[in-house]
Amino acid sequence: MTTLNTGRKGEKMLLMGNEAIARGALEAGVNVVTGYPGTPSSEIIDRLSKADRERNLYVEWSVNEKVATEVAAAGSFAGLRSMAVMKMMGVNVASDFLMHLVMTGTRGGLVLVSAEDPGAISSLTEGESRYYSKFLEFPLLEPGGFQEAKDMTKWAFELSEKINNIVMLRTVTRISHGSGNVVLGELPETSPRAHFEFNGTILDEQTGPILTVPGPFAVNLHARQQNKLQAAANLFEDCPFNTYEGPENPELLIITSSVCHLYCIEAVELVDAPDRVGILKLGTTWPLPAKFLKKHMQRTERILIIEEVLPFLEENIQVLACQLGAEFAAKKFHGKGDGTMDKVGELNPTLVAGALSRVLDLAMETVSVDYSENINKQAVDNAPDRMLTFCPGCPHRASFWSIKRVLELNNQQGFVCGDIGCYGMGMLPCGFETVKTVHSMGSGTGLASGFGKLGQFGMDQKVLSVCGDSTFFHTVMPALANAIHHRADITLVVLDNSGTAMTGFQPHPGLTIKASGTELPALDIPSICRAMGAKVQVVNPFDVENAEKVLLKTIEDPDGVKVVVMRQICALSPEKKSKKQFEIQVDENVCIGEECGCNRLCTRVFKCPGLVWDGEKKTSKIDAVLCVGCGVCHSICPSGAIQRKEIA
Amino acid sequence: MKQTTLSMDPYNLIITGVGGQGNVLASRLIGNMLSEQGYYITIGESFGAAQRGGAVESHIRVSAQRTYSPQIPKGKAHMVVALEPTEAIRILRDYGNPGVKVLSNMRPVYSMGVICGEQSYPSTEKIKECITASSKASWFVNSTDEALKLGNPIFGNIILIGALAGTNALPLDHKSFEKALLQRMKPDKIDVNLKAFDIGKEMTSA
Ligand code: SF4
Ligand code: SF4
Repeated sequence: MTTLNTGRKGEKMLLMGNEAIARGALEAGVNVVTGYPGTPSSEIIDRLSKADRERNLYVEWSVNEKVATEVAAAGSFAGLRSMAVMKMMGVNVASDFLMHLVMTGTRGGLVLVSAEDPGAISSLTEGESRYYSKFLEFPLLEPGGFQEAKDMTKWAFELSEKINNIVMLRTVTRISHGSGNVVLGELPETSPRAHFEFNGTILDEQTGPILTVPGPFAVNLHARQQNKLQAAANLFEDCPFNTYEGPENPELLIITSSVCHLYCIEAVELVDAPDRVGILKLGTTWPLPAKFLKKHMQRTERILIIEEVLPFLEENIQVLACQLGAEFAAKKFHGKGDGTMDKVGELNPTLVAGALSRVLDLAMETVSVDYSENINKQAVDNAPDRMLTFCPGCPHRASFWSIKRVLELNNQQGFVCGDIGCYGMGMLPCGFETVKTVHSMGSGTGLASGFGKLGQFGMDQKVLSVCGDSTFFHTVMPALANAIHHRADITLVVLDNSGTAMTGFQPHPGLTIKASGTELPALDIPSICRAMGAKVQVVNPFDVENAEKVLLKTIEDPDGVKVVVMRQICALSPEKKSKKQFEIQVDENVCIGEECGCNRLCTRVFKCPGLVWDGEKKTSKIDAVLCVGCGVCHSICPSGAIQRKEIA
Repeated sequence: MKQTTLSMDPYNLIITGVGGQGNVLASRLIGNMLSEQGYYITIGESFGAAQRGGAVESHIRVSAQRTYSPQIPKGKAHMVVALEPTEAIRILRDYGNPGVKVLSNMRPVYSMGVICGEQSYPSTEKIKECITASSKASWFVNSTDEALKLGNPIFGNIILIGALAGTNALPLDHKSFEKALLQRMKPDKIDVNLKAFDIGKEMTSA
C-alpha cells in the first residue's frame, strides 16, 4: 500500500490537491507545520499529522492563524523548513505579524499556504489573499493543477531560502478538494538541529537578532525586502511553472493562472479555436516576470485575462503593459475591466468558453432549448431543495431552541450575535433564526460587547453572543476581556461540543489531544471565564428544562458579563457515534398532529431530521435510521406524545 | 500514451448524492481503478457544509490524452450515477443532454422540507419517467436495499460501482476493483466489498 509518507520516487498516485501540497512539503523536507482548520485547507495538516513520526515533523493545530504563522516562523528562524496553512480569512488574522515578518526576512524556507474559496462554496465570503503579496511585498505562487501543486510546494521552500523571505502558495477549492494524477518525487532524509543564532550584527540576516526597529532602520529593512522581491522577479523570468501553449501568433492571447488554466484549455476546445487562441499560464503571479510577459504579449494585439473574483492579475498586467511602452499599452485588453468577465463567483469551462465566443464571435454548441426547458421544469417540480440543517441530535439545535424560547419569555426583543462554525446555521430555520449577526471568527462577542454598552442611548434589548469551543480560543477571549473590563451587559453562550466540528474535529487547546493524537493538557473554558471575572454556569442543552431555567435567570441578571457554557458533544463526533441514550417513540394515539393545537411544533418548528411528519397518518413519527436518541424532542412536545426510554 | 478504449474522450462521469452517503469514497475508488489502467483522471469535488444535509456532486473526468478540469462543462455529462434519485434530476438540469445515461439508486433521502411536511417528494414512477425522458439510457436499482441485506447501507455505494461496471460505460472490472480496494482497506473488509460489487454488476449486466 502506497501512502503519502512512504510513496517512492516515480510512483504514481491519485492525489487530492491538498494531499499533493502535503507531499510537496514532505519532499522539501519540511520540519515544522502549523495551521488553523478551515475549508478547503484542513486536509493538508490532517495528512501531515499522520506523518509526524516517520518524517520527523512537528505538527500543530494552532490556536489561530496568527499564532500558527508565528510558530512556523520560529521554526524558520531556528533554521528549519516550516509551513503555515490556513484558509483565506486566516491570512487576514495572520497579516499583522506578516507585515513585520516580511521586513525581517526568514532563514529556513518558510511557506504560507492560503486555500481560497472563489464562489464561497463553503465560506462566508469569497474574499481573497492574493493582494497581500503585492501589499506586503512577498512572492505569490499559484499551482495550476495537481502535479504542480506538489512540485510548486517543494519549489516554494527553495525560493524562500534563495531570497530569505516568506513565500505564499495560493490554492483554491477546486484544486485543494479536486484530485488528479501525481508522480511522486524523492523524500529526503532530514536530521536538522534547531538553533536560533543571534550573536551577529543586527544587519546580518543569518546570524543577527531578528528585529523590526523604528526609524531609518525600518526604511533600510524595507529596501532590503524590496530587493528580495526583485530577486524573485528575476528568478520568475525562466521558471518552469510559467508556460505558453498555442500558435506562434494567436489572434487572442489568454493570460491565466491557478485552476483557471484547466478551464481555459477546455474552453478553447469547446469553441474549437486552437488555431486562434494561445494560453499563457502564470504560476508566479507576483511579482510579475516582466520580460517573459513582454515576449509573449508581443505575439498578438488582443489579450484576455482569465482569473477568479477580483482583477488582480489583470490590473497588474495592464500596469506592466503601460510600463513596457506605448505599443503594449495600446493593446486591446479583455477581462473584468471591459465587462467580459464578472468580478464575483468562481469560473468553470463553460463560463470561459462563453467569454471566448463573445470575444471572438464564435458559436458555442449548447444543449437544445427543448431539452433544457423540460429538465428545468422537472427539476423545479421533482427535486426538492436541500437546505442545510443541523445533524439529527445536534446539540446546537437544542441550545438554540432554549435560547429562542428564553428570549421570547423575556420579551425584550433580545437577539444573538454569532460567527463562524456549525452554529452559524443558527441564522437558518434549523436554528430558529435566532442568530442575527454573523461575521468573522469571534466577532459575535466583540459586537455583543459593543451592543452591551448602548444602554446609555436607550437600548434595552437583551444581548447574547454565541461561540464554539474552538472559536473561544481563536478570537473570543480578547472580545470577552473587553466586555468584562467595560462591564458590558451581555451573555456569552459557549456552545461547547468538544471539537472543531464543521471542519472535521480538529483538536484545540480545550481538549487533551494534539494533531497527532498524543495527550496534552486541556484548558478549561469555565475556569478561564471565571478567572477573567465573568459569572459562569455550565448546562447540558439536552436537559431542556434546566437549560431554559438557567438561561432565563442569566440573561435577566443586569450586572455585567455572564457566561453559559452549553456542553454536549457533537452528534458526529467519533466518540459519540452509535451510542444512543434513549429509545424514542411517538405514541400515535396521543399525537393528534394538526388537531392538537401544538401547530406541529416538533416537525414544523423544531425540525430534527430524525423526526418525520407522516402525511398519511397525520402524526409525527421517528425515523429509526436517522434518530440518534438524544431525547430532546421528548421535552418539546407539549402533549407528551414523544416518549423516551433510557437505554442502559 | 495509452490507446483509448473510451467511448468518449474525455469521458465525463458525475456521482451525485446527499452529504453522508459516501460520494467521496465512491469517486476515489472509481478514480483509482481507472488511473491504475493508465488513464488521466481528474476528480472535482466540493465538500464542507455538504455534510449537513446538502447535495454533493463529484465530477470524474477520464481521458487517455491529458488532465481535464475538475468541473465538467455544462450539458456535457456522459453518465450520471445517483446515490439518491431526485439528485439525478437536479444534476441533469445542469449537466444533462439527450445522449446522457443515468444509473440511479431508488432509495430516497428526504430533504428537510419533505421531512417536516412543507415540500412533497415525487413518486418512484414520476422520478423514473422524468429521468427516462431526459436520457438516452437509464438503470434504476435498489442498491440501498441490497446493501442492507449485506448488513450496512454504506455498501450501497459499492453496489452502485458494480452496477456502473455492469453498464460497460467504462473499463471497470472485478480485478481492478479488488486492486483499488487493497490500496485503501483492511484485508478483512475486502471480501464483503467484492461481493457488493458483484451484486451490483449483476443488476445491470445485459
Ligand atoms: S457536525 Fe456536529 S455541530 Fe455540526 S451540525 Fe452536526 S452535530 Fe451539529
Ligand atoms: S431523539 Fe428526537 S430530537 Fe433527538 S435525534 Fe431523535 S428525533 Fe431528533
